[in-house]
Amino acid sequence: MSVTVKIPTQLRSVTGGESETSVEEAGTVGEVLDGLYDRFDGLRERIAEDGDLRRFVNVYVGGEDIRFLDGLETEVEDGDEVTILPAVAGG
Amino acid sequence: MAAVEALRCKECHASYELEARYVCEHCFGPLEVAYDFSGLEPEAAKRRIQAGPTTLWRYADFLPFESPPRTALAAGVTPLIKADRLAESLGLGEVWVKNDAANPTHSFKDRVVTVALAKARELGYEVVACASTGNLANAVAAHAAAAGLESYVFVPSDLEEQKILATGVYGTNLVSVRGNYDDVNRLCGELAGERDWAFVNVNVRPYYAEGSKTLGFEIAEQLGFQLPDRVVVPVASGSLFTKVARGFEEWRDVGLLEGELPAFNGAQAEGCSPVARAFEEGKDVCRPVKPDTVAKSLAIGDPADGPYALELARRSGGGVDSVTDDEIRAGIRLLAQTTGVFTETAGGVTTAVLKKLADRGDIAAGERVVLVITGDGLKTLDAVRGSFETHEIEPTVSSFEDTVGVAAAA
Repeated sequence: MSVTVKIPTQLRSVTGGESETSVEEAGTVGEVLDGLYDRFDGLRERIAEDGDLRRFVNVYVGGEDIRFLDGLETEVEDGDEVTILPAVAGG
Repeated sequence: MAAVEALRCKECHASYELEARYVCEHCFGPLEVAYDFSGLEPEAAKRRIQAGPTTLWRYADFLPFESPPRTALAAGVTPLIKADRLAESLGLGEVWVKNDAANPTHSFKDRVVTVALAKARELGYEVVACASTGNLANAVAAHAAAAGLESYVFVPSDLEEQKILATGVYGTNLVSVRGNYDDVNRLCGELAGERDWAFVNVNVRPYYAEGSKTLGFEIAEQLGFQLPDRVVVPVASGSLFTKVARGFEEWRDVGLLEGELPAFNGAQAEGCSPVARAFEEGKDVCRPVKPDTVAKSLAIGDPADGPYALELARRSGGGVDSVTDDEIRAGIRLLAQTTGVFTETAGGVTTAVLKKLADRGDIAAGERVVLVITGDGLKTLDAVRGSFETHEIEPTVSSFEDTVGVAAAA
């Protein structure tokens, strides 16, 4: 199985410029992120704090904010698209 | 000598150049414009304001530019009306209505767009864009047309017809998104990374937000360089709410104002009240909601400045309250029938929250209260449809006497 992850411009300096990547063998959003942390040095400190996402980081699965789902425990399936975005926009 | 210095992260205080950037690279915190006002002498600043243009550029010393830009369609300097009949009907001592519907596209969004577009042009952008609940769409389309810039305006597909029409007329690229505002906002957040456009409320948001300070400056100037005791402000993203306070604080810091920060009361619709709920529950972050309210201009379920709005409400001794759709409609009528100001649903929210505070006894007798009205009633006509009766008669005196005369005597 494979999940696509979309990387915002603000994080591309730690992903070597990649705007999209994929993670295999992850059952939840938290595991998807762990897969990214293993692969990209410095990513964890940017978006996570004390085991949770920083308060100005939003994560979506298929366009739905994970806070409307099960947060980091939200299950992902083969072909799902996970999007990371800064929370501070709009209004 | 301009006071504007840098962009600074509100969370970790990292500094950045004054460019199109809105998020801290280190902690994802929001960036805000930082100034050094130490060289600003208050009497000289006051003279420049009073001799300035009758637009928000009179406050250029407090805006993020080296020198005041020229703009084709500037906003600001809207009426502050003493609303004695409204005060009396609510049993309050002194109420003022800041009528920001009196802007070029009939909402306070002309302020933020004036500043955002001036900065976008300075940074060399040729295309501007926004995610909008309607009022911003009107303003971006109009100001882009006046400036000769191409624009893309993204709105939720269920928006009021009046706001769609009053946007499309300016010749913008109007994009109706099947989803709610938070979906539109997410889409624009993604697009901002891919397109070389100035999204006024995404990548140039720090400058855009500065425009809202001018509403605070104007209230203080129109009160004779004095602070009110309380302000009631609608809360969608929380940006306007917090920036009005920032305006008061900057003027206090430079010596243009004295005294305590007013109590800040935020106003939300019950059908979209993530900030009011977090306030009531004593939380310092907001849990997002799926909006369902007649007040579409306030229908932001995931408010970007929610944590800062909560912090302001608490430290100023104010609060954040919510009102039902029926209370919103009643608020529109109350304001119209006591002040002659016809406001859109957001103003109904604000007026209804003022009534709620008054009924609850939260407002002391001697308080000077300012009610911030952000948009025009012609934008949301459906909210008042069916709320009154029309007398239909033949064009004869007898028909008038029979129909209206009887109705008047009854």
